[in-house]
Amino acid sequence: MRRWSASLLAAALAAGPLGPAGTARADASLLNVSYDPTRELYRDVNAAFAADWKQRTGETVTIKQSHGGSGKQSRSVIDGLEADVVTLALAYDIDALAAHAGLVPADWQKRLPDNSAPYTSTIVFLVRKGNPKGIKDWDDLVKPGIGVITPNPKTSGGARWNYLAAWGYAAKKFGGDAAAKDFVGKLFKNVPVLDTGARGATTTFVERGQGDVLLAWENEALLALAEGDGKARFEIVVPSVSILAEPPVTVVDKVVDKHGTRKVAEAYLKFLYTPAGQEIAAKNGYRPRDAAAAAKAVAKFPAVPLFTVDEAFGGWQKAQATHFADGGSFDQIYTPGR
Amino acid sequence: MHAKQRHALPGFGLTLGVCLAYLGLIVLLPLAALAWKSASLGAGEFWAIVTAPRALAAYRVTFGCAALAGLVNLVFGPLLAWVLVRYRFPGRALVDALVDLPFALPTAVAGITLTALYASNGPLGRVLEAHGWKIAYTPSGITVALVFVSLPFLVRSVQPVLEHLEPDVEEAAATLGAGRLTTLWRVVLPTLWPAILSGFALAFARALGEYGSVIFIAGNMPMVSEIAPLLITAKLDQYDYAGATAIALVLLAGSFATLLALNLLQLVTVRRRSAGAA
Repeated sequence: MRRWSASLLAAALAAGPLGPAGTARADASLLNVSYDPTRELYRDVNAAFAADWKQRTGETVTIKQSHGGSGKQSRSVIDGLEADVVTLALAYDIDALAAHAGLVPADWQKRLPDNSAPYTSTIVFLVRKGNPKGIKDWDDLVKPGIGVITPNPKTSGGARWNYLAAWGYAAKKFGGDAAAKDFVGKLFKNVPVLDTGARGATTTFVERGQGDVLLAWENEALLALAEGDGKARFEIVVPSVSILAEPPVTVVDKVVDKHGTRKVAEAYLKFLYTPAGQEIAAKNGYRPRDAAAAAKAVAKFPAVPLFTVDEAFGGWQKAQATHFADGGSFDQIYTPGR
Repeated sequence: MHAKQRHALPGFGLTLGVCLAYLGLIVLLPLAALAWKSASLGAGEFWAIVTAPRALAAYRVTFGCAALAGLVNLVFGPLLAWVLVRYRFPGRALVDALVDLPFALPTAVAGITLTALYASNGPLGRVLEAHGWKIAYTPSGITVALVFVSLPFLVRSVQPVLEHLEPDVEEAAATLGAGRLTTLWRVVLPTLWPAILSGFALAFARALGEYGSVIFIAGNMPMVSEIAPLLITAKLDQYDYAGATAIALVLLAGSFATLLALNLLQLVTVRRRSAGAA
């Protein structure tokens, strides 16, 4: 009896606060640690996957979700938040899991198709109804008197996509990084409020009426239109060129091995690539990878030339070091006397 | 003063030992970890981080707004305490309970509510901006949020002292020919002063570290309305733990120095008063 309770205690300790130990149990529980604007997406995905999993295996799976700024979420996982899967805003934040804690192997991004990004997005402009300031393209954002709302690239993954989209546009159009730096500097002179996350910036633009244009994830802009009287108050402007945002996903190896949830966690991520998963992504404003799902949603996602971080910036590690690290190009915008 | 007295708790040595161990575990251990983490930086690197223009601007905003908020509450906190102690009116218990609300409310909720109120399309912000006064997304907004979160400290530290200050004292002053102002200045305020000071110190220290409520209303513009705690968060988000602790250490040193100075000031005033009384 005593040995039995001791082993029970050991099992409970090994399992940690989240989820049961061992694969033999019929009930599994996953924690998906995600970034800010994916609440609605994963609410739908979780319900669909749980039903699918039940049907295929007879097991019940419950999925908990956690949301916040991508960098902050990644740090929580490094500091011990036991995420079975992470679905973050950019590869850099998952690289950090490998670099700072060895939670995933360094080549994690090669394990799933399409750079481990089952859906993509891009950066678009959300403007007030009727587009009173006539904002059509990136050039309009640096004109005097235009209020641009974007979160802080230091604290928000989405804002880093915004920043690189603007930079990439200017570098291509004006030729070279010096011109791009000048352009982005002018753009940020037009930013009156720097929120810490994408949701905060949307709230500042939509609810608080600040600024003339919100640089936003396409999915976040579509959501703002879909909510309440959004269609009567706002419209989306798609610029001439933008960035291909690839929010990646991965299983957190150390955690799933400890929880014994690898099988269900991998199935969960693979589900995102299935036609059903792709349709849910499209419904929630994320561009699907799957051609059939993309064809269905073609009206929602206008064709726009997109460049990738790898093409334009030589990958996230380099982009981070050049632009967002302390003393990088973003800091230089706000350093006095320059 | 009382050389040998029987206390309810056993010996000085034991209680002091327990206190020191407790203080060490709860306060000093995390602080030591903080210092240890930032020690991974070289002295030159540490100095470069804590004196960067962005950091200096952030200290200015943080310490400036915290001091301003403390001063506002220095006036209105004791006044509120006075009304609550000296007068009996319907709804007094309710007002008394309201004072603690800023403690109880999650700071993010406070921040969002204040922003909604003071933004240019909010009910208060609209009126104020028509008169050319922008609150939300400026240092004024930060100050408003800090006034909100630090109000209870001033009220709650003055209130008990005021309760022990019998109205008889004021009456005595009046019968001796003192006018209202003289009574307030020479009799009431000197008694309250130590409590006001310690309330101010607590409010100030609380405001220095405040993040949740400020972040929504501040606008967070580098060099203008970026608070030091945000700078710390930004550094943490870049996995720059050492840099974050360096800024934190400066914040801590600043607040410790302020608390120490105010405690000394309090001690001096109390000494001078008891010397004057004797």
